[in-house]
Amino acid sequence: MSGELGSSDGALLSARNVTKRFAGRVACRDVSFDLWPGEVLGIVGESGSGKTTLLNCLAGRITPDAGSVAYATASTGTVDVHRLSEARRRLLARTEWGFVNQDAREGLRMGVSAGANIGERLMAVGARHYGDIRGTAADWLARVEIDGDRLDDRPATFSGGMRQRLQIARNLVSGPRLVFMDEPTGGLDVSVQARILDLLRGLVERLHLSAVLVTHDLGVARLLTHRLMVMQGGAVVEEGLTDQVLDDPQHAYTQMLVASILPV
Amino acid sequence: MQPALRVSGLTKSFVVHAHGDLALPVLFDVALAVSPGECLALVGPSGAGKSTLLRALYGNYRADAGSIRVRQDDRWTELVGAEPRTVLDVRHRTMGFVSQFLRAIPRVAAVDLVAEPLLRRGVEAEDARRRAEFLLGMLGIPPRLWALPPATFSGGEQQRVNIARSLIVDYPILLLDEPTASLDVANRDGVVELIRQRRDAGATIVGIFHDPGVRDAVATRVHEVLPPATSPLASPLASQAGASPCVPKPS
Repeated sequence: MSGELGSSDGALLSARNVTKRFAGRVACRDVSFDLWPGEVLGIVGESGSGKTTLLNCLAGRITPDAGSVAYATASTGTVDVHRLSEARRRLLARTEWGFVNQDAREGLRMGVSAGANIGERLMAVGARHYGDIRGTAADWLARVEIDGDRLDDRPATFSGGMRQRLQIARNLVSGPRLVFMDEPTGGLDVSVQARILDLLRGLVERLHLSAVLVTHDLGVARLLTHRLMVMQGGAVVEEGLTDQVLDDPQHAYTQMLVASILPV
Repeated sequence: MQPALRVSGLTKSFVVHAHGDLALPVLFDVALAVSPGECLALVGPSGAGKSTLLRALYGNYRADAGSIRVRQDDRWTELVGAEPRTVLDVRHRTMGFVSQFLRAIPRVAAVDLVAEPLLRRGVEAEDARRRAEFLLGMLGIPPRLWALPPATFSGGEQQRVNIARSLIVDYPILLLDEPTASLDVANRDGVVELIRQRRDAGATIVGIFHDPGVRDAVATRVHEVLPPATSPLASPLASQAGASPCVPKPS
């Protein structure tokens, strides 16, 4: 039993009362949930609702002022993400986790080739054979629909949509158990968005990924997530099955969000 | 035979916060039980809450009170107030839903959309595709459309893609919301035949069938859904709607 770490048995990730303030202002308050293996949890809300802050707390990128985040590792039991040494947390982030940033430039190394961007993650999990690494990198470029002849090009020469697909490949190539995604389709043209959503949907399904996805786009949430948490002013105001929250919203704020979608 | 689906005391209202917390009671104290091999048709005037009831059974709408129990692994699983993963598990293994409208996904071909539930259950891609093509063919979708995303299909074609996607899995319990609403006679008969096959093979079915011919062909029993105003306890609420949100909440 790992109860002392504030986690539920069988959960992959357990947040308990996670609270973070910036300069005295509450960014997220008292957020608790369990993420189960194979589950995709969406966090929705408008700008400033605290969803990205929460995601960064979950992924160990910022330290919460109160509360805990427990993660069930593949081999060393359940750990408190914020009590790990910096080195162990970085190792975890490189091996068992992925993090897809809204801005691909933050998640990629812009000065090295596409192949090296993918290969770097493989080397972090122990791959050493150059030919194998290059072969896997080429395979992943194809899976994210980037021409193989771009393998040696730097992402600086890629379009926004291609960069985002490369970032996804870089994150998934090492077979992570848990992927954090921050607005993965934000800022992209809708046709580019559709391609990335289709890609993510297929990959999540085939690889049985567990994921926490932050988005302000309820259409993206419906397509990719099983469960939703709705955030307003730093607090979770409603949670439940994705289709239930979107089709039968209970909270005034969720009702307003759902009613604000323009039909096409 | 022991029922596979049992509903009691099911109560549901919608509270519209943007309109002064207006409370719209829809279901009050609904009870029903359906056994394998039965097809229960929900009947009642438009607005009586037939679709709301069906969606509540699927966990798509949240019940305020009552019980919805589903037979799974030789025991009862309660859906009212259940954890999302419990509802997802019941939907994955036991209960399918055919809605009137297809939610097309950008770029995904009709045949892949239909095959997807099988892939999720570990069926080989080639086999899943063959079964999807077979079902699409049976439902009269011409092969030239199979590789296209259904966003541009006609209403009737989309509905048949939707039916194929839901019937490709042998769900023990099937919920059908107007499965033949936008179909012509020939295609309607194909769908009726598929539903009868499932029913006779022992599926437990609850459905809304607007067309009396379809209803007579598939239903073994009817259940009348009454508008909330005619339910004795709900009528005062309906006339005072907006005064207070006064529907019992789960404790």
